[in-house]
Amino acid sequence: MSGPAVTEATTALDAGLVGCRTCTLPSRLGTGRCPRCGARLVSRDDTSLQRVWAWWWAGLLLYVPANIYPMLLTAQLGRKVEATIVGGVWELVELGSVGIAAIVFFASVMIPVGKFVAIAYLALIVRNDHRQNPGRLLHLYEVVEFIGRWSMIDVFVVAILAALVQFDLLATINPGIAAFCFALSVIFTMLSAMSFDSRAIWDRIERDA
Amino acid sequence: MASDALPGGAPVCCPTCDALHEIGPLAKGQRARCIRCGTVLAMGRPEAIARVVALALASLILMGIVVFFPFLQLKNGVFTARASVFDTVMTFDSGIMAPLSLAVGAFIIVLPATRFAALIWSLGPLAFDARPWPGAARLLRLAIALKPWAMAEIFMVGVAIALVKLADLATLTMGPAFWAFGAIVLIAAFKDTQMTRHTLWTALEQASGTPIRGGADAPERPA
Repeated sequence: MSGPAVTEATTALDAGLVGCRTCTLPSRLGTGRCPRCGARLVSRDDTSLQRVWAWWWAGLLLYVPANIYPMLLTAQLGRKVEATIVGGVWELVELGSVGIAAIVFFASVMIPVGKFVAIAYLALIVRNDHRQNPGRLLHLYEVVEFIGRWSMIDVFVVAILAALVQFDLLATINPGIAAFCFALSVIFTMLSAMSFDSRAIWDRIERDA
Repeated sequence: MASDALPGGAPVCCPTCDALHEIGPLAKGQRARCIRCGTVLAMGRPEAIARVVALALASLILMGIVVFFPFLQLKNGVFTARASVFDTVMTFDSGIMAPLSLAVGAFIIVLPATRFAALIWSLGPLAFDARPWPGAARLLRLAIALKPWAMAEIFMVGVAIALVKLADLATLTMGPAFWAFGAIVLIAAFKDTQMTRHTLWTALEQASGTPIRGGADAPERPA
């Protein structure tokens, strides 16, 4: 988006109204539920950042075992192999599928780490008055919200492999404990991102007197 | 093209940044964006509701195929294995992993299907210019809330990666459910570009004749 960094606009709050985030209808401030769609109305959520950080820490805590413990337990002709997330990526590289390896690496390593950094950055910035370009902050937030779900790829891959490859002695693939930790970590970071109130980006812009 | 909010229309509050607008009727193909953050607030697409309902219905039917037909088949000289989407969901069914089975089932089948059904129930009658069925508002809210948690398209990419990993082990063939799932993903991606929340709720409100809930707190027009 081009244009000036900050476009002055009357917010619902300025006008003594509260905007519904489900159906966009403004109501009088203090209205409990939206008269049109019935969603709960909150003008500015004071607990938003607390919830962001609570889910953020929960997600980070689970991301550690997700990387240490094995994601896949493969048994082929009596030989047992345990692969972690990064190990699985390396296996794909050795198979010659560098492109696919890149996708998995991006989804399982880059996106989660990038998300932790981005959410923390946003939550720290809007805690106080700031001079950042709100369009840029919003863009970052939208990327985090859009891309976060894609980290679930690796969990689905494990589920598909384990469902298909069950040939007793010949070859079996079973999910490892890391799959569980990783799935929870992704869910918690999604909840963390959703708890962030994007309206706070504009509320805290420092205005020159 | 983007246009600033027109005066003299319905009050619309940007869900992203809280800026107030009034948006009047839009010409076909026109979009109204938030003046401050650029979020698309309304689109001039009179046929959009019927399209959303049709696409949701198609997805729901395909969903039935997905659950009941084989999804992938693995074959080499010695062994053959078949997996349905249901088998995939049940992978994590033992011990501490059991909740993960439930979550995977929810993400790839239950939540997408619920979302399609909720859209059909809440918007279906509107496509035929009829009064909405009871509970329409509640179900439309549910459909909106479920959006980030319906992960059918992510599952499809997971399938592609699993195919590569198994390519040297055996020959893989895709069953009918695979193609149905692929179609659902494409339809869902297209469907979500059709509507904005303001357009959906305005249509639902107009079809109800009266405000869906009590009009006591009717919004004031901003000065």
